[in-house]
Amino acid sequence: MISSLPWYILLLPLAAAVAIVLLTRSWPRLSSSISVAAVLGSFVCSCFVFVQPDIRALELTWIDVRPLLYVPLGFVLDELSKTMLVLVSGIGALIHIYSLGYMREDDGNSRYFASLSFFMFSMLGIVLSNNFVMMFIFWELVGVSSYLLIGHWFERDTAAEAAKKAFLTNRIGDFGFMLGILMAWTATGTVVFSEMSHQLGRITSYPGYLTVSALLIFCGAVGKSAQFPLHVWLPDAMEGPTPISALIHAATMVAAGVYMLVRVGFLVEASPHALSIIAWIGTITAVMAALIATQQNDIKRILAYSTISQLGYMVMAVGLASGQAAMFHLFTHAFFKALLFLGAGSIIVMLHHEQNIWKMGGLAGRLGITFLTFMVGTLALIGFPPFSGFFSKDAILALAHEKNSAIFWLALFTAFLTAFYMLRLVVVVFFGRPRSDQARAGREAPWVMIGPLILLALPAFASGFNFFAKIFVQLPGETEAGWLIPGMALGATLTGVILAIVLYRGRETDPVNFAPFRNRFYFDEIYAFLIAATQGALSKISAFLDRWVLDAGFVRGTSTATWGVGSLLRLLQVGNLQAYSFLFGLGIVVLIYFTLFK
Amino acid sequence: MILPFIVFCPIVAALAILCGAPARRTALWAAGFTLAATLLVYFEFDAGRRGFDFVVSYPISDAWRLNFTLGVDGLSLIMLLLTAIVTFAAIWFTGPIATHEHAFHACLLLIAGGALGAFASLDLFFFYAFHELALIPTFLLIGIWGTGNRHAAAWKITIYLATGSFILLLGLIMLYRSVPDGARSFDIRALQKAAALGMIPTDAQGTIFLVLLIGFGILVSLFPFHTWAPEAYASAPAPAAMLHAGVLKKFGLYGLLRVAIPLLPQGAQQWTTLLLVLLLGNIIYIGLVTIAQKRLDWMLGYSSVMHMGYIFLGIASGTLLGMNGAAVLIFAHGISIALLFGIAGEIRQRTGTLLLSDLGGLGKIMPRAGLAFGLAAFASIGLPGFANFAGEVMVLFGAFRNGAEPYRFHIFQIATVLALWGVVISAVYMLRAYRKVFMGAMPENWSGVTDLRRSLHVPIGLLVAVTLWFGFFPQSLVRIVSPTFKSYFTQKP
Repeated sequence: MISSLPWYILLLPLAAAVAIVLLTRSWPRLSSSISVAAVLGSFVCSCFVFVQPDIRALELTWIDVRPLLYVPLGFVLDELSKTMLVLVSGIGALIHIYSLGYMREDDGNSRYFASLSFFMFSMLGIVLSNNFVMMFIFWELVGVSSYLLIGHWFERDTAAEAAKKAFLTNRIGDFGFMLGILMAWTATGTVVFSEMSHQLGRITSYPGYLTVSALLIFCGAVGKSAQFPLHVWLPDAMEGPTPISALIHAATMVAAGVYMLVRVGFLVEASPHALSIIAWIGTITAVMAALIATQQNDIKRILAYSTISQLGYMVMAVGLASGQAAMFHLFTHAFFKALLFLGAGSIIVMLHHEQNIWKMGGLAGRLGITFLTFMVGTLALIGFPPFSGFFSKDAILALAHEKNSAIFWLALFTAFLTAFYMLRLVVVVFFGRPRSDQARAGREAPWVMIGPLILLALPAFASGFNFFAKIFVQLPGETEAGWLIPGMALGATLTGVILAIVLYRGRETDPVNFAPFRNRFYFDEIYAFLIAATQGALSKISAFLDRWVLDAGFVRGTSTATWGVGSLLRLLQVGNLQAYSFLFGLGIVVLIYFTLFK
Repeated sequence: MILPFIVFCPIVAALAILCGAPARRTALWAAGFTLAATLLVYFEFDAGRRGFDFVVSYPISDAWRLNFTLGVDGLSLIMLLLTAIVTFAAIWFTGPIATHEHAFHACLLLIAGGALGAFASLDLFFFYAFHELALIPTFLLIGIWGTGNRHAAAWKITIYLATGSFILLLGLIMLYRSVPDGARSFDIRALQKAAALGMIPTDAQGTIFLVLLIGFGILVSLFPFHTWAPEAYASAPAPAAMLHAGVLKKFGLYGLLRVAIPLLPQGAQQWTTLLLVLLLGNIIYIGLVTIAQKRLDWMLGYSSVMHMGYIFLGIASGTLLGMNGAAVLIFAHGISIALLFGIAGEIRQRTGTLLLSDLGGLGKIMPRAGLAFGLAAFASIGLPGFANFAGEVMVLFGAFRNGAEPYRFHIFQIATVLALWGVVISAVYMLRAYRKVFMGAMPENWSGVTDLRRSLHVPIGLLVAVTLWFGFFPQSLVRIVSPTFKSYFTQKP
């Protein structure tokens, strides 16, 4: 059945963004209502599309230089993309509503909602794309909306720098992504996913070429999903408003890398070498980010590192050739991580933008609903049965156990760390005595903010259950190991929980201080040094050469040496129109002379 | 008859202004009429037909076989469209001029008329002559109304471009004389026929192509002949920079695509490697130089030099895809750089400086300027949704495809990879500049600065709408230019 519904899903948010920028910028309330209406419209359309078994959409032509290159603007509507549609527009809708409360006193309210709608448009575009170039288009647009929203408070230097860093880091990943697309296209002659999977035979006979192109495409995911070594932008992205951190930098956009890898699974899974590198990158990321998270003090940064770590799990699952396990974890993670961020946002805004967990404390009583929902998110994240994260993480652990024992042990260690840093957060923030005046005065957030928390808490609890999850995602098959893996996972989690409670109960300051974790393994410092040593130095040298050798020495030196040029100079300094006309005439005369009389 | 109108409307208006007609109003009306007429041609144009459309020809001299012939095909049509749009925007952007206001507007119109004439001429003589006509007012605009070290800048651009034109002239004469006596003509169509019949000997092609490449290359700021550009654009009044960087500079690229590539295909092949090395100079070396710039206007000037590298890459790729990409990119870059220079000029007017370290936080008090500059900046670094991205995609795909085979990277693949890295470089300098100018804390002394006047919504809206439209629907440009380039590949014997 051909329907225009998918186009509405995509274009409603775009229309809202355009309308806000062009027409309603000076009316923040109207702007925010338009934006919320658009995302609700997208969500309703997505639900309709979700239940239609056989639906297709009209295809437009973006570039057509056949037989060389044909890029359609067309949609892929299968189970994978339908689930993502509902997920993205659903969580997006909740976060739009939450933003009504969170941003209501902000000066840039209209700009915020325009960017948010623009983000929805771009993200839904990634989900719907049926070819590489179109996906790349929306991929970069998502990057730019993320740039706009991280830099929403652009007059703050930290936000301005963070926005720039996020965009540039993603551009580096996209460099690889585009190159991978070029290589895959060169070999198969198409950029459309379905055609490429049919033509794949043309590359599989060159395993090296295939591996390189798959890994380059993976680079795009490394950037977008903040995997090692391009993870550095995500923690800084927390400079943006908290609903943005929940929507873009936790639930949806950063998961786009994983979605893309699952979408092009046919290509990635054809190369065993690429797969094992992907699995290891995911593993390293998961462990590294979890280690860093244990020593951070900013509530949002802890959650950001936790996001990186969980994305590492998903990438690990992709690398272990199970797109289903990756999507399952993506699905559950979207709910509980959005919930955790929104809970953090509700704390932050009620404590007048205090983000340091050591300035909080004893909030369990004061912010009751926030606390309860935050606990649901925490239990889901640390994989406590029967919360959703338990099932999806278990699927990945079982997979790792089956395929690669080293990765399995590291994944299990990460599960322990996850429980440890989350309970550290919960104990310090919600229990003990309040450690600042703001914490003593904290009150519960308004209902537009609490409502989405409750609505998200339900799937964060239940989305792991078989009967619920299988409506949306293909669940990975049961493995042989039975209760061994869940048992070990639970053991690791409980160890982490107990250790955190013992260490942090009733503390006024952090009893542990381990500099490498606290300083994020010095990645930022190392990168700053490397950039200064390469790009900075090269650009200074080039600029010097250009100015003093190419320009001054070469050009000016030779030109002033010539008498004819010297007199030209005099003519010009006069600014004499006759002189120019004379020169012009001279050219014409020379032309005629040479062509006709010689 | 519509083409002569398009070409002479600005020229006649310029003369009228010099004779005392009200400067700004006349100029705006002339630019508006030109734009309307060009749009008419655009919508009337039949992309399916081969060869040139709307041809008019007036014999000038039978004995010299010289005709004044105008005509458009897809390639020249998009050049006309670009010129008409940027001219309209540049004249609208022009604020009050303190001295010689009439002459200023006349100069702008003459640049436009010259560029339009060059792009519509089917006769090499007028092709060249119109370009010269457009260059002179450019020099004047910089020398008389420029800022900063304007005499040095005017001097340098004049020396450079006069030299470039002269070398180009030599090349054109050599080209004319390489055809056997009976078939000699200034008419591009006749020359194309002669070339298709193999009348231009291969050994001559190599030399002529090199001369043309250097001549055209100097005009387009091909590395290492680029040092005139940033200085000239920094000194030029904003409308002049918009017109030259946006339109007139593209004459060299147009010339390569119109004359050098189709007439001298074997010559082009001989020099491919050299061209690739030079264009990587534009992309990588100039890209790095751009990062190190401390002033916004210099940075923009260098960035426009850098982006020429991508257009050269499309031309060098020798594939239909790459050339289509080059044409789209010529158009897209012209629009985006015009907008960037326009806004930069407005900022300079208000703050009196474009030193990046002095500026900051202007987004707070100039939100309209911030939005417009942001859109143009993102367009110029090839963000999808803008026409520049569509052009870059085609250029990169076209170049990568050339001679590709698994397990081997030939020079084209290496060049494409480096060019792709240039996309990262351009994001670095553009975002850094944007961050320095519009974001961060605002210095106290700028608190009295006002935002763009509302009337500027028209040219800004026009430029942004055009680049977005062709960014989302690049096929509407490709459809038009593609037949021109296809004919280059089919006419080969």
